[in-house]
Amino acid sequence: MAVDNLVEVTKLRKEFGGLVATDDVDFTIPRGSIVALIGPNGAGKTTFFNQLTGVYKPTSGSIVFDGVEVRDLPPHAITALGIGRTFQNIRLFSQMTALENVLVGMHCRLSGGIIGSILKTGKVRREEAEARDRARELLTYSGLPRRHGERAGNLPYGDQRRLEVARALGTDPKLLLLDEPTAGMNPQETADFTAFVRRVRDEKGLTVLLIEHDMKIVMGVSERITVLEYGAKIAEGTAAEIQADERVIEAYLGKGAAA
Amino acid sequence: MSGIAERAKELRGNRNAWLVPAVIALGVVYPFIEDGLSNLPVIGDFMPTTGTLVVMIAFTMMAVGLNIVVGYCGLLDLGYVAFYAVGAYTAGWLASQHFEQVTFHFGSSVDNDQVGIHVTMWVVLIFAGLLTMLAGILIGLPTLRLRGDYLAIVTLGFGEIIPQVVRNGDSFGGFNLTNGTFGIAPIDAVGFPVLSSIGFFPENFQTSDNRERWYYLIAFLLLLFTIFCSVRLRDSRLGRAWIAIREDETAAAAMGVPLMRTKTWSYALGAFFGGVAGAYYASFKSGAFPADFYFNISVFLLCMVILGGMGSIWGVTVGGMILAYLNFSGLSTIGSKIQDAGLDFDPTKYQFGIYGIIIVLMMLFRPAGLIPERRHKIELEEGVHDTPFYDVQTEGTLTDRDRSND
Repeated sequence: MAVDNLVEVTKLRKEFGGLVATDDVDFTIPRGSIVALIGPNGAGKTTFFNQLTGVYKPTSGSIVFDGVEVRDLPPHAITALGIGRTFQNIRLFSQMTALENVLVGMHCRLSGGIIGSILKTGKVRREEAEARDRARELLTYSGLPRRHGERAGNLPYGDQRRLEVARALGTDPKLLLLDEPTAGMNPQETADFTAFVRRVRDEKGLTVLLIEHDMKIVMGVSERITVLEYGAKIAEGTAAEIQADERVIEAYLGKGAAA
Repeated sequence: MSGIAERAKELRGNRNAWLVPAVIALGVVYPFIEDGLSNLPVIGDFMPTTGTLVVMIAFTMMAVGLNIVVGYCGLLDLGYVAFYAVGAYTAGWLASQHFEQVTFHFGSSVDNDQVGIHVTMWVVLIFAGLLTMLAGILIGLPTLRLRGDYLAIVTLGFGEIIPQVVRNGDSFGGFNLTNGTFGIAPIDAVGFPVLSSIGFFPENFQTSDNRERWYYLIAFLLLLFTIFCSVRLRDSRLGRAWIAIREDETAAAAMGVPLMRTKTWSYALGAFFGGVAGAYYASFKSGAFPADFYFNISVFLLCMVILGGMGSIWGVTVGGMILAYLNFSGLSTIGSKIQDAGLDFDPTKYQFGIYGIIIVLMMLFRPAGLIPERRHKIELEEGVHDTPFYDVQTEGTLTDRDRSND
């Protein structure tokens, strides 16, 4: 195959009782790309995300990440393999400082054990110091050069969004999943953020999967777009193709709008 | 501006640096000045005896252990008494005449012709900790998948099961494991069988001139050790993961924290200290009896954690000492004062009512505890110079809890 795919999802299906939240979706993410997942409210985008990250177990189908089947793995194991994510409704550890939030993100990349931590051996001390330095770097990189000691819950909204990204980067991911990262941002912040996503991809060599409502952002930043409606994939392609797709226009604007 | 802030931080650091050694020094000299203190006017009668302090410390150790489970990891454990029981009975098994079928001595100061297993208490303490840890893992593995209320109910069940097992464990297929309602007694005393050859250190606390004093000093060291481990664990990678789970379990898992393993560790390590304290206390009072391990002990320990401040080590230590003091000495002293004044009121009859009122008042006026957990902010800010984030915090984000953090 010509395209090197980081993620290959085949026939993914998730049922909640009688409701089919993900309806036999096939989906691939080429390595190094920025891919967007769009669709009207309730289309099953977040459910799809949650299956990728192990929060939900799919009813059937397969998810191969970097050559490994991950559909039966618990969330922390999937994170360790290299999928980092943010949440649609911010889920920071609000009583912890910004720095600590990123350090928790680095949990699976650190190895300090119980005895070592109690004795504070040289190894643990070094590891912690290095982790802190790296966490500070990531915070600064993500647009939080200051307030590393501030409690996450006290940060303003935009900074909390940035902190979520920094925390996800702390897991040292190969694939970064962003669940509506620009929700609630003003146009300027949104523009900054999209530039940041592109920069992360280029500089850190990541692959990005983005859920978005805002068509403008999606069209601007992503190389490929997949559209879900009622759990099923209705279109896939470049921004231009999607914009011209009748079913997409119908899904968003209603029947007749395409005519 | 930032200069003042730093100066304030320095002072704060100094205050802590001064407080801890002072408390330790007071703790060490207390049994030697106890006589003098108890002769003081008015407050003299309220001074706990050294023997009472041993009991207070044993329970405070358990509270600090419970704090790892409830305070750090946010798992409501209503059956912590089970760990106390396992620790106490381990001491009974390994350091008494209970297993009269065998005669095994290891470093113990009892006479060599005594039947039963007699291992030196130092080894027994470690063993009790490890065995309790194992009990914690065994209880934890099936239950820690549950969240919130459900976990509390299941731990409550285990807290009830263990005392019933020890009460009825005098014939497991004919094997007498726990000696039923009679319990196991006497349990060997702590001592220094090797060090005693150089004098000063008694070979056996029980027969030494200063039984209480020696028991107290070792208990004090054990408490310091517990607190030390607790602080180090809190500031470690594992401690961060515990707090992350307490804050948001789903997010913690998504950030790569293995939920089951991390929770089980909190359970096991919390249990460890409960086991050590239980074994030590059993040696001090020379027995393990099933009537000691009832549900109200679990609640009592939980009250200590809540009173002191969930997650705050120093808070829990203070809360534990206060409640244990009231329970084992304070209330009866207050009672006798009231009787002396000619009133017919005995507060010891209403002890759990009084603790209940204390908890209700705490929840109303200081819900984060006497010494709230201070998310260790300062040490994390090293090298980061920054003006305050908000000049005036008037919005709802600033609670009493935040204010007392400063």
